Amino acid sequence: MRGIGPGTVSRRFFRVWQRNFLVYRRIWKINFLPPLLEPFFYLLAFGVGLSGLVGNVSYGGKELSYAAFITPALLAINMMQNAFFENTYASFVRMYYQKTFDAMMATPLSLQEVILAEIIWGATKSFFATGVMLGVVSLFGLVHYPHGLLILPLSFLAGIAFGSMGMLFTGIVPSIDLFNLPVFLFITPMFLFSGTFFPLDALPSWAQYVAMVLPLTHLVEAIRRLCVGELPWNLLWGLGYLVLLCALFLPLSTAVMHRRLIH
Amino acid sequence: MQPIIEARDLRKTFADFVAVDGIHFRMMPGECLGLLGPNGAGKTTTIRMIYGFSPITRGSLRVFGLDIRKEWRTIKGRMGVCQQENNPDPDLSLMENLEVFALYFDIPRKEARRRARDLLRFMGLEHRMDAKVTELSGGMMRRLILARSLLNNPDLLILDEPTTGLDPQSRHQVWERLEELRSRGLSVLLTTHYMDEAARLCDRLILMDHGKILIEGKPSRLIADHVGRDVIEMVNPDPEVRRWVQSSGFRHDDLERRLIVYGKEGENLFDRVGKRYCSEECVFRMATLEDVFLRLTGRELRE
Repeated sequence: MRGIGPGTVSRRFFRVWQRNFLVYRRIWKINFLPPLLEPFFYLLAFGVGLSGLVGNVSYGGKELSYAAFITPALLAINMMQNAFFENTYASFVRMYYQKTFDAMMATPLSLQEVILAEIIWGATKSFFATGVMLGVVSLFGLVHYPHGLLILPLSFLAGIAFGSMGMLFTGIVPSIDLFNLPVFLFITPMFLFSGTFFPLDALPSWAQYVAMVLPLTHLVEAIRRLCVGELPWNLLWGLGYLVLLCALFLPLSTAVMHRRLIH
Repeated sequence: MQPIIEARDLRKTFADFVAVDGIHFRMMPGECLGLLGPNGAGKTTTIRMIYGFSPITRGSLRVFGLDIRKEWRTIKGRMGVCQQENNPDPDLSLMENLEVFALYFDIPRKEARRRARDLLRFMGLEHRMDAKVTELSGGMMRRLILARSLLNNPDLLILDEPTTGLDPQSRHQVWERLEELRSRGLSVLLTTHYMDEAARLCDRLILMDHGKILIEGKPSRLIADHVGRDVIEMVNPDPEVRRWVQSSGFRHDDLERRLIVYGKEGENLFDRVGKRYCSEECVFRMATLEDVFLRLTGRELRE
């Protein structure tokens, strides 16, 4: 954990965030397109196409339409993917191909500030994308308000958690192609088995325990509760789990990046 | 006068490889100091320690009189760095590149824009202000990076191989800009593989190899002390010439197909050797830094 001490992180990290925001704004129309269109595709395919076969899903004593059931999952997956992909592929390109971090390191910035800013930026992208998608699914009446507003700060927290995990891989992988591995072994299973497209109790009990380790499970659960207008206290467990992951992976990924870049 | 850089017993090791092996040197304000040496000599490692990128393993390194370990942020705020590789932001225009970089130094937006415009003009890039950097030629790219390194009005400019890979026109343009900066009193530390560049820009040179400093001094002094003034290169010399040169006491390098003989001032090399032994396959020339470099670091490849 060398070099992660007082004096290495200042508010100057915000300057790196500003850099990313400026680049994002230049192509904001392209950035807004996926979260705008994705819910349409999914709701059309699953909510309309598949719901005829599936019917309603009973969840927490309520009967939900299949579209209402998967909407929170779409939001959660959107958060996960935005942050994770930003801090893997995009951060790797900046680090390895564009040498952006090298240039920053010749200014009064520390590496810790650069990495923190990258992760906060990933969380910001998750926040923006969630805002867009939330707007779309709200038009279909799939989100209960005011509870639904809590989804926005949640997207930022989830962004930090998934972004720091992504950054950890960025600090390890020798080449950009190898990101396929964490995507295949980590993101895809979560996409499928976190209570996203079917309720967890459809799984054998051992698999349910495994699913409880996956951070996406807790995120989906929290958003689903909020979407149906509930705010039970036991959501704090899932929230605490996400906070714990941030507290663990943020310093860990910074240390790994330090080891990779500072010689 | 306080030195801009003061390195004492500066050492850098990577695992069991010693990259910089306890060097001592100083650089005074207003000076242009050149670091020379073959690949792997420790030049880039040295300057990476100076701009606070690589932590030092041992010894002390003070820049602007401040300890690099403790006051790296202040130090980095007062220097400009051109790294070996061009690393602009490909997503942004030239102007935006400079504006964004100014943010890292906490330069207010208005001031940043003014300085960016001035610097682009100084580097002859004002007509490309809104172009994307991906449209630039190698020389323009280098000038953009140079402009970027001047945004914070640095007290020290660090250049890691500033003209490597540029065509002659672009090299000369970069040199002119650097000479202009030098005339304004800017202190410059540079590494280069081009001896003509070192001789033209630098007041003083440090020749490094295997992490150690071999020699240092003014370019002309180094040439006079370590090579001399005149050089004759003989292609495919006769055995008789070879024997004579070996017994004559002239410094020389024997490279099988080529015999290089060095003469000091007053030794009348051209008269004594040239007239006697040279038919058409001889080159008479002045001694250069390249001779010093090759004599001291050897001719074998460093890869």
